[in-house]
Amino acid sequence: MSTVLARRARRERALLLSPVLLLLALVVAVPALRVLLLGFTRTELADGVVSSWAGLATHARTLGDGRFLSALRNTAVFTFLSVLLEVTLGTALALLLDRSFRGRGVLRAVVLVPWALPTSVMALAWAWIFHDTFGMANDLLLRIGLVETPVAWLAQPGTAMAALVVADAWKTTPFVALIILAGLQGIPREVVEAARVDGAGAFARFRRITLPLLVPSLVVATLFRSIQAWGAFDVVWVMTGGGPGGSTETLSLYAYQSWFRYLDFGYGAAIAVQGMLVALLLAALVVRLASRREEA
Amino acid sequence: MRRSVAAAFLALGVCLAAAWSLLPAGWQALTAVKPEAQITASPAVWVPSPPTTEHVRSLLARKPFDRYLANSALVSLAATLLALAAAAPAASALCRMRPRARSRWLLGLLLVSLFPPILLLFPLYEGVRLLGLVNNPLALVLPYAAFGVPLATWVLEAGFRELPKEVEEAATLDGLGPLGRLLRVQLPLAAPSVAAAGLLTFIASWNEFLLALSFTTRESSRTVTAGIASVSGASLYEVPWGPLSAAVVLATLPVVLLVLLFERRISGGLTGGAVKG
Repeated sequence: MSTVLARRARRERALLLSPVLLLLALVVAVPALRVLLLGFTRTELADGVVSSWAGLATHARTLGDGRFLSALRNTAVFTFLSVLLEVTLGTALALLLDRSFRGRGVLRAVVLVPWALPTSVMALAWAWIFHDTFGMANDLLLRIGLVETPVAWLAQPGTAMAALVVADAWKTTPFVALIILAGLQGIPREVVEAARVDGAGAFARFRRITLPLLVPSLVVATLFRSIQAWGAFDVVWVMTGGGPGGSTETLSLYAYQSWFRYLDFGYGAAIAVQGMLVALLLAALVVRLASRREEA
Repeated sequence: MRRSVAAAFLALGVCLAAAWSLLPAGWQALTAVKPEAQITASPAVWVPSPPTTEHVRSLLARKPFDRYLANSALVSLAATLLALAAAAPAASALCRMRPRARSRWLLGLLLVSLFPPILLLFPLYEGVRLLGLVNNPLALVLPYAAFGVPLATWVLEAGFRELPKEVEEAATLDGLGPLGRLLRVQLPLAAPSVAAAGLLTFIASWNEFLLALSFTTRESSRTVTAGIASVSGASLYEVPWGPLSAAVVLATLPVVLLVLLFERRISGGLTGGAVKG
């Protein structure tokens, strides 16, 4: 009797889970396998596109490809700088939203707006902001007196990367702030109060008590954002297109160009697979941390 | 004295946070209604006088922008419904599992949602071409639903688990099967979570760019994100910033309204997914 019931429950559960599994198999699992295999093929353009098995030869091409190495470097620089900026600003924003003041509800809604706007569309808005002659950035900086002549933001390698980082940080800071805010609200008030009674100043309370207790939230936010920033496409494609002179081309952009512009399908897959290894390793770290917490 | 200094700092922080969040989009909104001569004035003219609708009209004359909006709305709505239809039964199975098995499943879903979409792009494009669906906006529905389903399942599962145990027991006693339990008890009682899951999927689908750019080449099949990329003029030095700004405002207005109306649900759903993991 009980085995019949248990079998029925198992079958019921499998049935209930099947739509999600089917959807993810079709859109994630099968394509992921396909791109993995594609990386082991060579694509030739002779009388149409011809693919043949190449073993590791296609993957080996990245080693001598300066453009791949430069895309790898650009991706690393972009990820490091934008995550650093986002986590810093997000923490500051969370500390602010954790205070109680009049209009906090309104401010919570207002600061969430950037997160919800389409990245590709706002990247155009940022390109306009960083416009050399008519942009808001130069206008503000000139008025304050921080620069003497307008900066051609998107026309020089260093400033173009900086503009991308600012645009990305603007969009994702709310997400980081929400995670950190949830972490802050999990800290017992008594602990902070006790430190205040003991005479600890505001900065010491943050440094010695709040910050150490926030570490798990900071780790979660940093990991999530690093994985996403490593695969960034929209903001770069629209704002700089990888330019000037390839100085902001990320791995996603290079893979895209290999597929859709050069029709080198095998090599595009090799770039994507090798390039995204870092993101996958970071994801493995998420699993390790999560299972460690489960054991604890 | 110290109290008033602290209050001043707080006020300064509030102003900075609001300005940082609103200024970039606000500058675009101002450009959208500025007369052409003031857009290209240096030093910049901030407040348009008088405000104009010429850019909106020029945009609509230049591009089938209403079509883009309709495509985006159709695709996002369909993807949201599909994602909810798949996520709801899964969530109802997950919330009855033992904690260990459940957290394995949830972790697996979380990982899928972190998977870089660029890895899937080309095989998905091959599939769309194979099915003859290039330039059919409906080809985006299935991928968008799949991208949204992990977070939707997270949010719904958390909502179902918060329902009192007695409700579920009563449903079983009344002879409801798993589907009846889901449709008559869990979904209605967890309506706020359903709304949160739906909003998150809708916003993500509305905003998607990579697949939309790759799967469509024809004007009439574009969604707003892909369409806007094509509004910019032929030459980089001749970008019509007025109509472009109008396009940005029209494309972002729906999501801005959703956020301002449903901020609580959206942040609750987002952090529920991220923090419990």
